[in-house]
Amino acid sequence: MTDFIALFIALIVAAITYGTPLLFGTLGEILTEKSGNLNLGVEGIMFMGGAIGLGSVFYYEKWVASPNPYLAVVIALLFAFLAGAFASLIFSFLTITLRANQNVTGLALAIFGTGVGQFIGEFMRVKEGGYISISNALKGYFQNSPFPHALQNIPFVGKILFGHSFFFYLGLLLAIGMFWYLNKTRSGLYLRAVGESPATADAAGINVGRTRYIATIIGGGVSAIGGMIYIMTIAGCVWNHEGLSGVGWLAVALVIFCMWRPLGAIWGSVLFGALMILYLRLVIPFIPTQLYKILPYVVTVIVLVISSMRNNREKQPPQSLGLPYFREER
Amino acid sequence: METVCAIELRNITKRFGKVVANDGIDLELHYGEILSLLGENGSGKTTLMNMLAGIYFPDEGEIFINGKQVSIRSPKDAYDNKIGMIHQHYKLVDVFTAAQNIILGLDDKGKLDIEAANEKVRQICRRYGFDIDPTQKIYDMSVSQKQTVEIVKMLYRGADILILDEPTAVLTPQETEKLFDVLRNMRDDGKAIVIITHKLHEVMALSDNVTVLRKGKYIGTVKTSETNPQALTDMMVGRAVTLNIDRPLYENPVDRLELKNVTCLDAEGVKKLDGVSFVAKGGEILGVAGIAGSGQKELLEAIAGLYPVAEGEIIFSPEGQQPSNLVGKTPMQIKKAGVAMAFVPEDRLGMGLVGSMGMTGNMMLRSWRKGKSVFVNRKDPNELALKVWKELEVVTPSTDFPVRRMSGGNVQKVLVGREIASAPSVLMSAYAVRGLDINTSYTIYNLMTEQKMKGVAVVFVGEDLDVLLELCDRILVLCGGKVSGIVDARTTTKEEIGLLMTRVGGKERADA
Repeated sequence: MTDFIALFIALIVAAITYGTPLLFGTLGEILTEKSGNLNLGVEGIMFMGGAIGLGSVFYYEKWVASPNPYLAVVIALLFAFLAGAFASLIFSFLTITLRANQNVTGLALAIFGTGVGQFIGEFMRVKEGGYISISNALKGYFQNSPFPHALQNIPFVGKILFGHSFFFYLGLLLAIGMFWYLNKTRSGLYLRAVGESPATADAAGINVGRTRYIATIIGGGVSAIGGMIYIMTIAGCVWNHEGLSGVGWLAVALVIFCMWRPLGAIWGSVLFGALMILYLRLVIPFIPTQLYKILPYVVTVIVLVISSMRNNREKQPPQSLGLPYFREER
Repeated sequence: METVCAIELRNITKRFGKVVANDGIDLELHYGEILSLLGENGSGKTTLMNMLAGIYFPDEGEIFINGKQVSIRSPKDAYDNKIGMIHQHYKLVDVFTAAQNIILGLDDKGKLDIEAANEKVRQICRRYGFDIDPTQKIYDMSVSQKQTVEIVKMLYRGADILILDEPTAVLTPQETEKLFDVLRNMRDDGKAIVIITHKLHEVMALSDNVTVLRKGKYIGTVKTSETNPQALTDMMVGRAVTLNIDRPLYENPVDRLELKNVTCLDAEGVKKLDGVSFVAKGGEILGVAGIAGSGQKELLEAIAGLYPVAEGEIIFSPEGQQPSNLVGKTPMQIKKAGVAMAFVPEDRLGMGLVGSMGMTGNMMLRSWRKGKSVFVNRKDPNELALKVWKELEVVTPSTDFPVRRMSGGNVQKVLVGREIASAPSVLMSAYAVRGLDINTSYTIYNLMTEQKMKGVAVVFVGEDLDVLLELCDRILVLCGGKVSGIVDARTTTKEEIGLLMTRVGGKERADA
């Protein structure tokens, strides 16, 4: 029995570890999509955030004599955010200013960002002569829980409540903050109006283009932080080719799964995290791991089917999601 | 003028590419006045008003508000000048409450206080006699409630100049009367109001002055009390036209299509049609009236085989053949039997025509199954296209010109022309004249009447009750998927139909 409980706790902790990058990826994309922009480039954005986030900390440690660990975390967050914000700026310029097709642009960005991330990662590896990694002392600040051991050692709940990396708690705050922003503030109301009906927002005097630019750029930055977290926690601060692949697409699926609600993204990302690692923890003979890996997508499809059958007007995608807006169009 | 004009436009010109939508227009509007802006479709009424609302920016000309020259570059500038426009397609966010929609875009400082906004909305409602709940979601509202929200939105923003773009198009006669009362109230409150319309009787009933536009040009402004519908029509069209629809009587009409207790359910199991029974006769135009969404679309689609029929029978008796039940047949079989449908949805192209194809291509959509060769026959459709082009006076450079780029009226002519060409014995049309100008509308009415005199059973779903009353032989009124009455168009009144539109289970009249 204790074995089972220990296994269960370990599963939840691992699920949260895997869910944290997804949580950021998803929250960023929710913000983007709430403004009516469907940015399918999350995969590429997370690759860029991962490679640039890792690189920024690596060179900070290399060039500074006695690196400050807290500053290292801030640097990683900042550079990953800027990488994602830059990628989303390209997306915004193409889709909002030039009114390019959002799906095509998003897919192009996914491919482009993946390439850029791979290039930077490989470039650093070749230049530095081998896999780059940061020192073990620094790694702890990215991976360990910020809470004292006394709290973590509380039986049963200690690990579940306090045993995660700093980023998970940051993600929780971000999700709650975003919920509050979207539902309780004036500017959040305007942002949702832009995503639902840009013509309405425009006629009401809201600057549709600017709102979409800001939401998409911030959203992309947040998504990119998810990529950085994946590399710094799950991948062990080392760049490898395969590490991040598919995480961005899972984040896009998760946005649909949690029905564009930031609070839903919290438990949704933990569930998806659990589905991602199930093949390691719950091995059933003769079932290939590939079958496990499709589970998150299967769940997303089921949720889509159920939600469209229930036809709840509140739980729908933003009505103008994916549509460009041009005021003088007739 | 002694008083300062609320709005004065001088020499306003707006071009879209090569098309001149407004050509040097002058206009004056005073406080405490309702001005009708009258014109055919494409005469530039909406474009002109959109320039006041900040949607478009004029290429030339000057706008004066309260005597001061202003430049309106965005909807926000319009609000700052106290101009509010209620667009034909309501600009509301469905998943928001009324109050959330109303406060949208206001740059009040401080925390979002939705309760205070709710209270202010209630105050405005009490003052002008509106009846809406600020906490109700838009998707739960009827069309007229949505319009009320739009009006309250403008008043909340302190608009003194209100522009309404075809506000009555979707309202019942009773709702229209209520709206007019509200507008008169606001006029007496000192507001300046512009109403865009092409319904002459509304102009006569409501406005103080009428400004007429024709083909983007300013024709003139007259006092409503000093003019009459015929004079206004002549100004609109530019030449004298007769306003009466010719309604000949067809000798001994025969039963062509009989619906017995037809019930249709939608995907959620809600009854869209509920026990509908009626007879459509050859040589008769049967009008179908009702508030938008009362089951008109479902009715036509059920007959055409596009909408599943849950219960009931549709008996079709073509000339010289045995009657047969259409329920359970495929749309293709029903089409072959001689039932044609010309459905004009709001966006005109949506159902029936492919926008990027020319007339020939669209004619082929009906004939591509003919012939045995693997290659399609382009010759016959092209001949048909040429025929429609010539006979219906479609304005297009060639039969291969994309339909999407034609004007609305011409698109509709192509659609109706093609359906008539298949020589049907039942012709159904929905909103065939939606958004068309008077001239083109009459062409279409005449086509319908022509078909009727050939012994075709015509089912005509329309929005404009005045037209239904003049064109049809009998009028069937739908309300909430039920037939609330079938009346003789020659003897009934608009008020009677209006009542039937809102009341389920009205008695069928003996003479119908």
